Amino acid sequence: MRYEAPRKLKRAVALLSAESGVARVLAGGTDLLVQLRSERIEPDLILDIKRIESMHAIAAERGGYRIGAAVSCAALGEHAGVKQLWPGVVEAATLIGSTQVQGRATMAGNLCNASPAADAAPALIAAGATVAIAGPGGRREVPAEAICLAPGRNALEKGEIVESLYLPARPERSGDAYLRLIPRSEMDIAVVSAGVSLSLDAAGRCSAARVALGAVAPRPLRVEAAAAALIGSDLDEAVLAVLAAACAAACDPIDDKRGTVEYRTEVAGVLAKRAAVIAQTRAGGAA
Amino acid sequence: MSQIHVSTKINGDATEYLCEPEETLLDVLRDRLGMTGSKEGCGTGDCGACSVTLDGRLVCACLVLGAEAQDREVGTVEGIAEGDSLHPLQKKFLEHAALQCGVCTPGFLVAAKSLLERNSDPSEEEVRYWLAGNLCRCTGYDKIVRAVLDTAKEMRSA
Repeated sequence: MRYEAPRKLKRAVALLSAESGVARVLAGGTDLLVQLRSERIEPDLILDIKRIESMHAIAAERGGYRIGAAVSCAALGEHAGVKQLWPGVVEAATLIGSTQVQGRATMAGNLCNASPAADAAPALIAAGATVAIAGPGGRREVPAEAICLAPGRNALEKGEIVESLYLPARPERSGDAYLRLIPRSEMDIAVVSAGVSLSLDAAGRCSAARVALGAVAPRPLRVEAAAAALIGSDLDEAVLAVLAAACAAACDPIDDKRGTVEYRTEVAGVLAKRAAVIAQTRAGGAA
Repeated sequence: MSQIHVSTKINGDATEYLCEPEETLLDVLRDRLGMTGSKEGCGTGDCGACSVTLDGRLVCACLVLGAEAQDREVGTVEGIAEGDSLHPLQKKFLEHAALQCGVCTPGFLVAAKSLLERNSDPSEEEVRYWLAGNLCRCTGYDKIVRAVLDTAKEMRSA
């Protein structure tokens, strides 16, 4: 196994492209080192991206924020600007693991690890975040929901590397929230999770919404029918029931020690409702 | 396989070592540098017994590669006391009997010091959340939390 820590993104892409064996990108390493230790993976190349300066930046851009792929969840949680604009995303970042894990783990890494239960995924999908990917063919930008294809499998092609995440600008009277259910108060893998982002018009009616679920299908889901239920409404009980039903209909979960199919399907709707109400309150609407 | 040469700073001292690419910082500290204060509980980032700081940020040394420490600053439990005089946290852990077998203690000390550097007046809830990644299988956490709160109080009045 080789360890490389290039200082330039171009060099990183060249190293990844040229590797004929198995290559893995090291950002926070909180998943990668566990996989190495268990010998679940035996890479020929570990490419550490943390020497690339731009990977550590959180930069204001077009009214939103660009977050480097090596920014730790702890650093994200300390950023007042991101916290104010996208509290639900920061909520997800600061739920991942312990203080120690947050000191290393990154949102980009959490997405690329491609767990259907990743906390980053529903929050970023609900936020309409995009992912900038550098590769041998240049740079491309894809929506966050395009990253996880199946458990443990992401959409990156050979030689590609996530460079940054982009959280867009949002209109006034907008809010987002992320909730997950775990059997204890923290440090566990989501049984079900839900992210909701919405905007309200001057009358307090929902004018735009995005809803995403985690841990209820082979990949994190964007549930457009659930978002459609919110738009035009003031999130009354009847609307929230439609939202919950749309979420339940989108679920295709597994049965495991964390939860049954029935339980996950039911809880997905409950969490989505609660997240929607928190997002509404954060947007300045009726609680 | 060729080893990697690493120059770093540990507890303020310039340090050099050779390590394998897959070797963790925890293994380097314990097996190459003889700094056995950081413990291996789980090796998977769950227990916090190997807590160290990396450029001031609290992390698990078992989830860091030795090679990553190049040009960084590592802080371990060995750097907490000043010579023979114990850090206030160490004194309070003794005073409150906040340990039994002691395996988790170095991790708790490093993590608690990191908390108090950021927040000199944490609430009990804040202490419990911050230390949730440090597991103790002997005492339970009450004495540890009390020792940290008492240290914070003493350090504020000092």
